[in-house]
Amino acid sequence: MSILRVPRVLRGGEFGSVLAIAMIALALLGGAVQLQATREQRFPPPDGGDEAMYIRSAATLRRLSGAYTALAADGYWIRALQYYGGTKRRLQGLEWVPEPPPMLKALTSDNYSLLYPMLDLASSLDPRFTIAYRFGAVFLAEAYPRGAGRPDLAVALLEKGVRAQPDKWEYMEDIGFVHYWYAHNYRAAAGWFQKAADIPGAPWWLRSLAATTLAQGGDRQSSRIMWEAIRQSAAIDWLRQDAERRLQQLKALDDIDNLQQSVDAFMRRAGQPPADWLTLVRARVIPGVPVDPARTPYELTAEGRVHLAASSPLAPLPEEPRQIDAPEASPR
Amino acid sequence: MKATVAIAVNVFRESVRDKVLYNLVLFAVVLIGASYLIGQLTAGQDIKIIKDLGLAAISVFGLFIAVFIGIGLVSKEVDKRSIYSLLAKPIHRPQFVLGKYCGLTLTLAVNVAVMAAALYAVLFYMSWGVSEATAQSWDAPALDPALLKAVGLILVELMLVTAIALFFSTFSTPMLSAAFTFGLFIVGHFSSDLRNFQDAVDSPAAARVARGLYWVLPNLAQFDIKADVVHGQPVPLGYMAVTIGYAACYITMLLVISMLVFARRDFK
Repeated sequence: MSILRVPRVLRGGEFGSVLAIAMIALALLGGAVQLQATREQRFPPPDGGDEAMYIRSAATLRRLSGAYTALAADGYWIRALQYYGGTKRRLQGLEWVPEPPPMLKALTSDNYSLLYPMLDLASSLDPRFTIAYRFGAVFLAEAYPRGAGRPDLAVALLEKGVRAQPDKWEYMEDIGFVHYWYAHNYRAAAGWFQKAADIPGAPWWLRSLAATTLAQGGDRQSSRIMWEAIRQSAAIDWLRQDAERRLQQLKALDDIDNLQQSVDAFMRRAGQPPADWLTLVRARVIPGVPVDPARTPYELTAEGRVHLAASSPLAPLPEEPRQIDAPEASPR
Repeated sequence: MKATVAIAVNVFRESVRDKVLYNLVLFAVVLIGASYLIGQLTAGQDIKIIKDLGLAAISVFGLFIAVFIGIGLVSKEVDKRSIYSLLAKPIHRPQFVLGKYCGLTLTLAVNVAVMAAALYAVLFYMSWGVSEATAQSWDAPALDPALLKAVGLILVELMLVTAIALFFSTFSTPMLSAAFTFGLFIVGHFSSDLRNFQDAVDSPAAARVARGLYWVLPNLAQFDIKADVVHGQPVPLGYMAVTIGYAACYITMLLVISMLVFARRDFK
């Protein structure tokens, strides 16, 4: 009986009416999609309008998520990633970049202001969420506008990780790294590298990194050794690529120093700055137009100063290392 | 025994006829879709998130099956009046209750087993071709056999939830049974709050009542070892044994009460 019933629907006028209804439904759906597109074009939704955190208490979220706290932590981690990526893209798309948030003060800028609360929630809901601590610290410490420019919050997040897992040398290494690279506090960095090296299972090079950092502070060669170690030990492509980019930046700093010496020597001889790179090429000071490791030509200003091009993927270059004079912050 | 098995098999067949197993397709779609999306989003932590998502989905899907089928196990027979023809046969009422429970447990076991296999398949796919360095950064291997411990305790928890749903369905309406079962499920996951109630109230009497409830109400939080397993934390076999023993006692108690209530129920 049921076999007979199906073809009967598809016969004659009924088939036509089903087809007509399907066409009408499709047309209505198409109309709805078109209207939505028109509305978004004429009345664009506010950029970043979804950036709100209704619940900031980890205890409340833990209650609400019940047996699924780890999944809630994953949700907040994914949201933090999207928030960081979206904010970074938006800021890098702006010609005028707002003033960076003040260091060592509460976040007052709207940009990245939700990053730490999101990472804090993710790591509170899942205290062993390694990547939320390690990547989160990079996002927080990275100089504005590529990151929040808050090494203090990055250290706070990683210290929370150390409290949750006291034998996790990776967090201690990362704290040392944040002190070294972003805060330029080499004594604190050396202290944390040493602390990490004391944990069983930590790599051997941490101990020598601690000694080098303490002895030479922000020496460029020490930075190179550290990034090379990170590149070789990075288990995640993103981290490895970031380390490769840092190494290229260090190479660019070396290139700029060497090129500046050549330009200075030319200026002493000629008594005036070179008009462009071709002037130096013709004078056989340099073999060709110099390019950075990302294959973008370096810039030569009218005053004879060598710079990395703003359009280079390596821009902005990191702040030059300083001497060991930063205030001491020994590891807890 | 034969009658109990026959009823159990019938419950399983009925759930298949009711297209309960369709949820497996939904589970597979959710997991495969999520694995693709998460792979684009999560900067190398896709395995951890797939495990979290897979285990949570097994638990949630199982919970809905346990509650919504569990509450109808008895009431459906009463509503359709098929209970009269059933009880006219040489079946004891306790056998009927036990058969219904075993049938739904079988359905749940099949569901959970298939979902666990699908989870392992997705994890295998996600970890295929991953470098050794990346694999070493994970807290636990992608195809960690310890995941089965979490899956096992999820199944045991679902068996307990089924017993609760069946218990309520022997004397209450489906709507109320669902509300009571979900209520107990939520309370069961926050039982530690009852244990520490004296920290929140000044009244010693209220604290004693809360502590009493803590011991009497089902403690479901102990079945949740998902986060431990995903992070590669060891779950001792002793813990598993004690937790399963607790569930066995509680389930048996609920079934005995359900049989008693059902045996005394008048269907005239």
